[in-house]
Amino acid sequence: MPEIEIDGQLVQAPEGATIMEVAEQLGVYIPHFCYHKKLSIAANCRMCLVQVEKAAKPVPACATPATNGMKVFTHSSLAVKAQQGVMEFLLINHPLDCPICDQGGECQLQDLAVGYGAGASHYQEEKRVVFHKDAGSLISMQEMSRCIHCTRCVRFGQEIAGVMEFGMANRTMHSEIVTFLGRSVDSELSGNMIDLCPVGALTSKPFRFAARSWELSRLPSISLHDSVGANLTVQARNHRVMRVLPRENEAVNECWISDRDRFSYEGLNSPERLTKPMIRVDGQLREVEWSVALDYAAHGLRDIVARHGADEIAALAAPWSTLEEMHLLQKVVRGLGSGNVDFRPRRYDYAPSGVPAGARWLGMRIAELNELDTALVVGSFVRKDIPLFAQRLRQAAKHNGTRVTLISLGNDDPLMAMHEHVVVAPSELPAALARVVKAAALQCRVPVPAGLEAIVPDIPSEAIATSLRVRGRSMIFLGRVAVQHPHAVQIHVLAQHLSDITGANLGFFGDSGNIVGGYLSGALPSARNARTMFTDPRRAYVMLGIEPELDCHNPQLTLAALRQADLRIVLSPFISEAMREYADVLLPVAPFTETSGTFVNAEGRVQSFKGVVRPLGEARPAWKVLRVLGNLLNLDGFDQESSEEVRDAVLPPETLIDGEFASGLDNGIKLPIDPAALVSAKGVFERVADVPIYFSDPLVRRAPALQKTRDAAPPTARMSARTLAEAGLVAGAPVRLRQESIAGSGEAVLTAALDDGVPDGCVRVSAAHPATAALGDMFGTIQVEPV
Amino acid sequence: MAVLGSINPILTAGLDGDRTWRLADYVSRGGYKSLRRIFADNLTPGDVIAEVKKSVLRGRGGAGFPTGLKWSFMPRALPGEKYLICNSDEGEPGTFKDRDLLSGNPHAVIEGMVIAAYAMGATRGYNYIHGEIWSLYERFEEALAEARAAGFVGQNILGSDFSFELFAHHGYGAYICGEETALLESIEGKKGQPRFKPPFPASFGLYGQPTTINNTETLASVPFILSMGGDAFLEAGKANNGGPKLFSVSGHVNRPGNYEVPMGTPFSTLLEMAGGVRGGRKLKAVIPGGSSAPVVPADLMMECTMDYDSIAKAGSMLGSGAVIVMDETTCMVRALERLSYFYYEESCGQCTPCREGTGWLYKIIHRIENGQGVPEDLETLQRLTGNIMGRTICALGDAASMPVQSFLKHFRDEFQYHIEHRQCLVPVDVQRAGSTFFTASA
Repeated sequence: MPEIEIDGQLVQAPEGATIMEVAEQLGVYIPHFCYHKKLSIAANCRMCLVQVEKAAKPVPACATPATNGMKVFTHSSLAVKAQQGVMEFLLINHPLDCPICDQGGECQLQDLAVGYGAGASHYQEEKRVVFHKDAGSLISMQEMSRCIHCTRCVRFGQEIAGVMEFGMANRTMHSEIVTFLGRSVDSELSGNMIDLCPVGALTSKPFRFAARSWELSRLPSISLHDSVGANLTVQARNHRVMRVLPRENEAVNECWISDRDRFSYEGLNSPERLTKPMIRVDGQLREVEWSVALDYAAHGLRDIVARHGADEIAALAAPWSTLEEMHLLQKVVRGLGSGNVDFRPRRYDYAPSGVPAGARWLGMRIAELNELDTALVVGSFVRKDIPLFAQRLRQAAKHNGTRVTLISLGNDDPLMAMHEHVVVAPSELPAALARVVKAAALQCRVPVPAGLEAIVPDIPSEAIATSLRVRGRSMIFLGRVAVQHPHAVQIHVLAQHLSDITGANLGFFGDSGNIVGGYLSGALPSARNARTMFTDPRRAYVMLGIEPELDCHNPQLTLAALRQADLRIVLSPFISEAMREYADVLLPVAPFTETSGTFVNAEGRVQSFKGVVRPLGEARPAWKVLRVLGNLLNLDGFDQESSEEVRDAVLPPETLIDGEFASGLDNGIKLPIDPAALVSAKGVFERVADVPIYFSDPLVRRAPALQKTRDAAPPTARMSARTLAEAGLVAGAPVRLRQESIAGSGEAVLTAALDDGVPDGCVRVSAAHPATAALGDMFGTIQVEPV
Repeated sequence: MAVLGSINPILTAGLDGDRTWRLADYVSRGGYKSLRRIFADNLTPGDVIAEVKKSVLRGRGGAGFPTGLKWSFMPRALPGEKYLICNSDEGEPGTFKDRDLLSGNPHAVIEGMVIAAYAMGATRGYNYIHGEIWSLYERFEEALAEARAAGFVGQNILGSDFSFELFAHHGYGAYICGEETALLESIEGKKGQPRFKPPFPASFGLYGQPTTINNTETLASVPFILSMGGDAFLEAGKANNGGPKLFSVSGHVNRPGNYEVPMGTPFSTLLEMAGGVRGGRKLKAVIPGGSSAPVVPADLMMECTMDYDSIAKAGSMLGSGAVIVMDETTCMVRALERLSYFYYEESCGQCTPCREGTGWLYKIIHRIENGQGVPEDLETLQRLTGNIMGRTICALGDAASMPVQSFLKHFRDEFQYHIEHRQCLVPVDVQRAGSTFFTASA
């Protein structure tokens, strides 16, 4: 290890470290703009020039490797003079408009100008003016004259997001940051470039001119949108959330968050927030006091139990509810004597009871994603489902040579180097995985699992099996599509076989924010699950934090069941048109920023958080509402004083691993392979339903800026050219789609669109949008006809 | 005709007529003999490098780095592709020697490249030709096709087990693409911006592979070094400054053009060959090595010989051998304004000091030239050049600063006169008399 001296302090430098890294370790601050620990080194801002003994010129600390015996002076007069010289150049064309700049108070240029800038400028010439640009609804590029050309945003696109959406065009003083041919910035990670920008050139469009950074509180929180459980800093003023920023946690989200995590806060202040309890009186919803609404709910439930039996009650929690909320909900339902409770509304196929059901989890720690040698991802639109897992895999593929394979239902570009990318129709997904299982068994010379006799491996499956077998750390991940698939259990069984044969571990990405927490909370059905509670309609439903018409696997079934019920109790932060139609009791509960609670992320990390603002209007934390409901129903075990008390009852601190990870996580399954699951559909059109990233939950659906992005475009019916021809359609023409279920049939009229990434015979129609809510199963058969 | 005049020509010997660029003509002048000799006499790569070292050939692109030494940096034994690049992106104002070399003697460049590739174990080569003179690129492609067909380039050259693929590549006229690492970026299809060094191209060059970049004239000299021997080549020049050199003489001379003379030829001889100062006027100053080299006043220049050492002693650089001659009718403020404008427009925009500083320099000089200067400007110019030089990734910042510093050093009175009197020290009618531009437009 080279030994170097920085400002008189001797230090052992790690092999290959730069002066900047060693100084950082030592706590010596070297001013910089273009350097960022997660990005490649550009060495273009020249702010980090330092003096090195025996070097003729000052050297950039960010790019100069520390070598043995090096003596570095970061504050010598030569170094400071060089730094001041650079600062002068940076400021000559900068507008110096701090008083009206959104970055004011959190601007690296402003901060460093205090230390290295002169009191007055010697620059008497005209300043450069850079025209504003439109990069879409999230990033404001109104004041590009402020740009100091550090190219952090450019490198972020190339290296982290995987797509270069910004570039520096032109030379010399005319250089400017532009989007490619004036297009919008569409990356699901784009907001991070706002954080990276050291000046006020790229600012947050929704936050622009809303507040000054020093007026805002900064409180920690956790994101609910996906199973990463990204750590957040929520900033609020006057009990209104103004902005969300990433909170650095190298083990979870590093220093990034997805745009969904960042901009969804706008939904918290949506006009659709439910702020007063309501009950239905004479067919009309009326605002009432809490006590009245709770009494009404308790009486209603007791009445159903007395008249029809507890089995007529069913409860469904959103998988983004907190651990505490889900636990108390199931406790109320079981207290009343019903076993109809679930938290997996998008699931179709459930493992038969009796199968050991540990919490399905990632199978490893998130940070280990970067160290994998092979990753097989089955059934995931990975970039849009879990942006930060995709980001980690992208880095792994790039820096670690990880062989990433995707078996999916569309050829959406994951923006990373792929080992194999297999695209199949939904009904062929189990067979595609089965081919890999058989190929692996044959390659490993172990008995082929029973049920795979008719399967014939093809070239891609052989290659995938080989990649899993080679030495090193391998994982098989089941994504959102795999768990929402009509044969989800069989896919799980096949993956288990593949794991047994190859030695690769099995993991679940998790299809929503608190899915692992849901398993741990006890909100698993002992009778009807999230599908059978609707296929076999009940008389009373309790809905927690969910919009069933959008968030269930089959909204057609769900709405029909809700419509025929006698009592529909809805605990929700929002009120929707559909709720106005079906709800009997509407209880305004607090979204995640207004309540304390716990999310358990995909790796089992137990992350508790506190409310950052007080609840809006008369909304109350759902765990308190459920506790009072339990009391009103005279049930035992509802006297918790705090959400922590609830959490500790579910996850006793002594059972946690390392004090922060839940125990009892298990992905194992032991069931026979069912050859019937391996038969693909013939002669029908199949639906491929993605859950678009900005429709995925009620909060994000109400975030206006996200709703203006390309990813939030209204759904179309996407088909390959062959499918279009087969259906007698042309791209751009309206198309009538129809799906049937036991509850009847529903249809939607969308625009047909050409997308050759959709497998032949399939129609890609997004779920979770009002335009497609009348349709049925996400991966079921669908009828297509011209209008 | 490649040159207007020469003394003991080597590179341009026998270049008469318009078919000298053809393979047959080159062979008749003794071309490809050196390459044949390598395989006939079983010369090892080490032998070739030793011969080049002996010749003390120094890089003709401007930096003057010993070529043999540069070649020995290539990790010959490393498996995988290794690249040899010929830098024909001749963008330095005042330089136009490679253009005539490529036009009159392209096969010397090709033969030089094949020999260099053999010496360094390079597997692929590119000749990066600037895009402004399209016919040069086309001619090189044609010459290359001839060489390929004759088995001098490609698989198993001359029946040996040595293979070397060579391609022509053209730029689009950015000055910065003549900087070797920006040139590599440009070949890779990226924006031409210099890379931070280290790593140097010899270890991490084109597509991340070991790469050597040499100037066109450097590579064209190689066949002659092998044919006449390193010692003879060195003797054709002067100690530590081996060989002949092409000089592009431009500006206020009677016969502007390229001249091939031995290293160490007195400047006065070169000036004489170029017909002397136009109109018999007095010489005022000379930029001896392309626009980025410091300017040298007339009396000092007349004492110099044309080689790296002598010019360096005079406080300037031989650079690419572009000799810009200015007579007494020249306004030095105006001349510097034009030079600074060039660097202002050609900075790649990557490093702060160069991106912002070159513009600032130009704007100040532009003001002075137009009678808007203030006394502090000279101090500011001096300070800015100090803040640009040595603070950037590549040498463009230095290239922009050196003219400013040298003009201020040698002709400060003209700048002061401009600021105080808001007009030129050289009367405008004198300037007009000396300029065909003004005569033509008057």
